[in-house]
Amino acid sequence: MDEPPLLDVQDVHVSFGGVHALRGVSFQALKGEILAIIGPNGAGKTTLINAICGHYHPQRGRILFKGKDITRLRPHRIAALGIARTFQNLALFRGMSVLDNIMLGRHVKMRSGVFACALYWGPAQMEEVRHREVVERIIDFLEIEHIRKVPAGALAYGLQKRVELGRALALEPELLLLDEPMAGMNLDEKEDMARFILDVQEEMGIGIILIEHDMGVVMDISDRVIVLDLGEKICEGKPEEVANDPRAIKAYLGEAVAQKGR
Amino acid sequence: MINRECGIFRTTYQADMSLYGVPLARITVAAFALFFALVFPFVVDHKHLVWANFAGISIVAAIGLNLLTGYTGQISIGHAAFMATGGYTAAIMTTRADVPFWVGLIAGGVFASAYGLIVGLPSVRVKGFYLAIATLAAQFITEWIINHVEWIGGGFQASIIVPPASLGPVRFDTELEKYYLVLALVVLAVVAGLNIARSRLGRAFVAIRDRDVAAEIIGVDIFRYKLLSFMISSFFAGVAGALYVYYVGTATIEAFQISRSIEILAMIIIGGLGSILGSIFGAVFVVVLPLALEDILEFFRGVLPVTDIDTFVSQLKLMVFGGLIMLFLMVEPEGLNRLWRNVKDYFRVWPFSY
Repeated sequence: MDEPPLLDVQDVHVSFGGVHALRGVSFQALKGEILAIIGPNGAGKTTLINAICGHYHPQRGRILFKGKDITRLRPHRIAALGIARTFQNLALFRGMSVLDNIMLGRHVKMRSGVFACALYWGPAQMEEVRHREVVERIIDFLEIEHIRKVPAGALAYGLQKRVELGRALALEPELLLLDEPMAGMNLDEKEDMARFILDVQEEMGIGIILIEHDMGVVMDISDRVIVLDLGEKICEGKPEEVANDPRAIKAYLGEAVAQKGR
Repeated sequence: MINRECGIFRTTYQADMSLYGVPLARITVAAFALFFALVFPFVVDHKHLVWANFAGISIVAAIGLNLLTGYTGQISIGHAAFMATGGYTAAIMTTRADVPFWVGLIAGGVFASAYGLIVGLPSVRVKGFYLAIATLAAQFITEWIINHVEWIGGGFQASIIVPPASLGPVRFDTELEKYYLVLALVVLAVVAGLNIARSRLGRAFVAIRDRDVAAEIIGVDIFRYKLLSFMISSFFAGVAGALYVYYVGTATIEAFQISRSIEILAMIIIGGLGSILGSIFGAVFVVVLPLALEDILEFFRGVLPVTDIDTFVSQLKLMVFGGLIMLFLMVEPEGLNRLWRNVKDYFRVWPFSY
């Protein structure tokens, strides 16, 4: 293999005091693929995402992004390398407009320092306009033109989730981590979100790691599935393989999905 | 001002991002600028000019604190300490090294900024009340240093006499000349504040205030930006402190005690956190209102049924002032700026309510 995988997680252990949240998880995520991580509550899914983002530092193991070791980097450095994420519980900047929220996604791409910002006219303004164009393309893509100047905190839940996706996309990431992007949504909103995720994959060629509890969505849109339970990876494979795997069924899926998968 | 946006179309992003997108708003701002530059100083008497100057100096300090507390969400109850740093730096450099006014002013800002960096260090680890107490400690330490280190403060409860400011051949001696000096710096502070607030830097500040975890994930180095916020904020405070010292002509610790810190905090809370215009409203409210109240009470001197009139007026002034602060905060907890926005929003679509 000449090119290293997009993300290479090697034997990662994370524990909090006596609680072992992750014990020896290894997997790879590839460019342009949707990889779903499923498992019961407390299986360590979000911990895994947090470890990739640099929010927690694993006690053991390594995380490589495009062959570069990012295990010990601080979150903002990892973001600059091209990993973006959304949160399970919304984490928008509520006081700011949708536009400013997404503009923050451009933060690492912008260079204006203190004096340029205080002066504004000139280089800083030109930079703002340039990045505004990129942001407007994302706003177009997510069909949120009508709310671009509304404070993010005033929006309905489904739209906030969409704005959060927009903010992550503004980073122009190569790897996008989505932590339950469809939790608490109704069917229409879920379908919209699924369509956006597929569009992101197809049009931008971004690798996506998706945590989701809705098995229908996972089976439909993901290319590969990993099942976590009690901090360990218990199986990995194509959606239909996982749906028929006895370990996965026992740990999480239950009989109903297994039958549907047949 | 009153934004009637109907029929105004913005065809470039640049126009969409301008500070005042509506012609009427631009005209209003220009009118205000002209009024304060050409009309105001010539129609008011000396006393009111003094009020204006104090209010102006407070505006500079309040904008600084608002960048830190209102935008970045880091509370500081030690802002008078940064003002003191700026004030004493300017005083010492002017009296001992005989540096020109503008050097003293900028040096005041720079030294305060460096001091702010040190005081801001705890913000890397603590926030909220804990940070408030850390900055409060800085306030007390600074007061102690100025009182007890003779090289800086000139001795216990001493003061340093500072010659009036001058810029080349121009000397700022009279109240009117000082007014223009203050006005120029207020304009600079307001413009810098507005620009910082709407650019990359301001967005990063607000991101840290609203959700620091998300800010970090999106690529904002929160340690760096918190400290940067402290430095910028203290720079404003330092300049305000230096300006105060040049304006009054003495550097004394009386002017930079904890009550001053709380006063500036009150300004931005009353005016509106996270708003430059709010800082102006708040500073004017806190500085001018007590003075104006005194005037109003003086007016009723004859009719008030009290014997010790002077004590009565000074006490009642404080009570009315406190009451008004409470009233305004109950009417609109988000400050005067919000009150003003509500009025604006009402007229935006007037006479239709939707």
